[in-house]
Amino acid sequence: MTTARDDVTREDTTREDTTREDATREDVVDIDDLSVSFATDAGPIAAVRGVSLSVAAGEVLAVVGESGSGKTVTARSILGLLPETAATRGAVVLRSRDGGAQHDVVALSPRQLGDVRGRDAAMVFQEPSTALNPVYPVGWQIAEGLRAHGRYSRAEARARAVDVLRRVGIPEPEERVDHYPHQFSGGQKQRIVIAQALVLDPGVIIADEPTTALDVTVQAEILDLLRRCRDEFGAAIVLITHNMGVVADLADRVAVMYQGRIVESADVHTLFSAPRDPYTRQLLGSVPRLGEGRARAEERAASRPAGWAQAAPVVEARDLRIVYPGRLRRPDFVAVDGVDFAIRPGEVLGLVGESGSGKTTIGRAIAGLTRVTDGSLQVLGTEMRGVRERAFRPVRSRIGFVFQDPASSFNPLLTIAEAVAEPLVVNGRADDPRAARGRVDELLEAVQLPRSVGDRFPHELSGGQRQRSSLARALALDPELLIADEPTSALDVSVQARVLELFAGLQRRLGFACLFISHDLAVVDSLADRIAVLYRGRLVEEGTGAQVLGAPQHPYTQRLLASLPVPDPGEQARRRAAWEQLRDA
Amino acid sequence: MATATAPVGQPPRADPARRGWRRLPVVHQLRQSVGLQRGMLVTGLVLTGVFLLTAAFAPLLAPYGYNQLRDADGAFGAQEPPSAEHWLGTIVGGYDVLSRVVYGSRTALMVIVVAIVLSLFAGVLLGLVSGYFGGWLDRVLVVVCDAVYAFPSLLLAIVMAIVISGGQSSLWGGVLAAAISITVVFIPQYFRVVRAETVRIKAEAYVESARVVGAGHWRIMTRHVLRNATRTLPLILTLNASEAILTLAGLGFLGFGIEPTAAAEWGFDLNKSLPDVTSGIWWTSIFPGLAIVLVVLGLTLVGESLNDLADPRLRSRRAVASGEAAETPVVPGGALDAGPGGLDGIEETHR
Repeated sequence: MTTARDDVTREDTTREDTTREDATREDVVDIDDLSVSFATDAGPIAAVRGVSLSVAAGEVLAVVGESGSGKTVTARSILGLLPETAATRGAVVLRSRDGGAQHDVVALSPRQLGDVRGRDAAMVFQEPSTALNPVYPVGWQIAEGLRAHGRYSRAEARARAVDVLRRVGIPEPEERVDHYPHQFSGGQKQRIVIAQALVLDPGVIIADEPTTALDVTVQAEILDLLRRCRDEFGAAIVLITHNMGVVADLADRVAVMYQGRIVESADVHTLFSAPRDPYTRQLLGSVPRLGEGRARAEERAASRPAGWAQAAPVVEARDLRIVYPGRLRRPDFVAVDGVDFAIRPGEVLGLVGESGSGKTTIGRAIAGLTRVTDGSLQVLGTEMRGVRERAFRPVRSRIGFVFQDPASSFNPLLTIAEAVAEPLVVNGRADDPRAARGRVDELLEAVQLPRSVGDRFPHELSGGQRQRSSLARALALDPELLIADEPTSALDVSVQARVLELFAGLQRRLGFACLFISHDLAVVDSLADRIAVLYRGRLVEEGTGAQVLGAPQHPYTQRLLASLPVPDPGEQARRRAAWEQLRDA
Repeated sequence: MATATAPVGQPPRADPARRGWRRLPVVHQLRQSVGLQRGMLVTGLVLTGVFLLTAAFAPLLAPYGYNQLRDADGAFGAQEPPSAEHWLGTIVGGYDVLSRVVYGSRTALMVIVVAIVLSLFAGVLLGLVSGYFGGWLDRVLVVVCDAVYAFPSLLLAIVMAIVISGGQSSLWGGVLAAAISITVVFIPQYFRVVRAETVRIKAEAYVESARVVGAGHWRIMTRHVLRNATRTLPLILTLNASEAILTLAGLGFLGFGIEPTAAAEWGFDLNKSLPDVTSGIWWTSIFPGLAIVLVVLGLTLVGESLNDLADPRLRSRRAVASGEAAETPVVPGGALDAGPGGLDGIEETHR
């Protein structure tokens, strides 16, 4: 522990050194009073309003904010990467690395922009699988940037591509340079995208949510690579993110954006320890932290009536297997492989796992949306293996389901009241949506929405409002079991905090059993009585929050916990050291 | 809705009834369009409007009947040049050109309506069922539709004309022959569009959420899938209408049209004017031809501009005037400090 702390202090001093150096050197990016508005069908909309920022050479500047705060637009304007509907005012001065040339990106012609892009500033996109062209080998795509900025022979370009691939940590780069994007994993693809950005040795890299599409364990590695981009390549990084843990892990300085303005800008330690602006304070307060739900879970466990543990479980899986049949000579995909678990009445089971671990498949199987291949899955007394739709339909009214994306889980042509009334009408509790309106209003009130929301259409609501409505719909029939599949992952962190709070309150009041599926350990921890960790279709660990998070037994759980960045720079530096040990072990 | 978040320069929201008609397919797009796209749409709408009005009021507009050969002063005479009595002259059979052009719009409209109604219902129903249930039925229907696509439509129309009416026909025989042959060609188009949309919508979370609450197949198909799958139909509708006119005219031109005594038909008149062209008689061919061109142009313009407007990437918008202060944030705020229900006005999108 002492060594870790020493690391932090040592790092602090080096940072100070660089700042002193920077004072004499010029900033790589200088944004002065930038305003951007977009022409839309509803008239002009201001996305960025008078933002001034500067990025020093070799510095990681994190721009944080919730969706619509203008952080992406600000960062993209550094590369002149805005759509045609945008009108830009102000100046974005970009200096080349040797300090020789400087350009105002706003005033450049498209041709000059092409010169500047890649050479002085490069971009790393959010979704690595769409940022790479699937029909060209990755080496060719890396060389593409070289070809655009000078004359390179085929062999030279290839040598540069191999070199940069090695430096971003792709094993056997000589061979893999000729591979196509689909032959790489998601994390490796993001490394290749970063290699693409690094190949021309730009002064600044714009990383737009570079780890959002990745799993936590992969995220830790990409963050490590980005840190090396700064330390070894000397590139400044503009990191756009909404994840405060990522900020704490990587950033030197932080700018908080809200409604198109910068509300606070400070170095990372100051921002986290003493936030000045009320918005920043609220933002930091909304971030779920590990260990918050422990007391609540213990309190609930203590108040259970005697004999509760012996009550018949609402859901019981024994050696559950779910297989998706392969197509065209591809092997079958085993999504869930021999899983046992049980949910007792009134209990919240948190199911955690990375993408592809089978957590969503389990939720869908319980709701009868996916067939069970083998083993046994009892849902409210009905065996789901080989169940017929007709036999399961009466059980459906006892199950509620909250979907991940509130935007797509509502029929865009029905009002919220009609959508919430749908389960009542379908199950014969009301003749038509109008007759159900009384109950609908009650439900909307229960999820803390005004009645007037009932007359609106889904696209007229915010994400948080939609997810509350989704919760109202799931609760319409007073279900004994609620399945919530990543209900807050599409929401901003402050909205997520309130939806989670609401969820916990409703669960306490109505006492339904719940399967809460999430990839976010901290979110699950704040709600669940017990946590189950899935890894590649297998249940590797199960227990109370204190057991699983306090003393993880399985190496995967340990890795998962160590990879999770916490929103506290000092604490995160310690965790990072522990993670590096675990990785190297 | 919080007033502070209302976009500048945008009229206050109208009451539901008025919003109702503004959201109608074509009206909504007209309000949405600007510049060249608006010009195209307006031109198309005017041409189409003139066509519809002409068809509706043909008996009032036409000086004579479509099959009238004589009036009180005696026979009209064949191939008379334009004059005070016959503004656009007469054709070889002795009919008045203006009257036949005006009445021709009725025949054209009838064919369009019958063809589209038939193909719309059949195509949409088949596409919905095929896309929703999938399986062997879907595969068979897709193959059949592909086969119909591969068939030359005019050839098919000729075959249908012979089958239905033996090639020569009365008004309804001719109209039905043309309409049904067009229907056969158009069903696959509606089928494909609706099927593709259905397959997409079937995977949407709101369909799954309907399944989860226990809704039956029929309810899901009609309430959740169909209503969301019909978005692109107005576009295909206008484009198909113009194609229907061309097929009818083609049939008439090839001699499978409607007898001049039964109804006026532009293609038939064009066919009869073929020998006139070489002898310097221009009025018999120019006017029916012009009528076809203008109606097809009008319908196509409407269709194409609807197509462009439906795609946000092709739709042009009013540019932001420099210096104009746009004070609207993308996502109006208050997300943090709003209490229950205080999140009003967030993500107000006007589509």
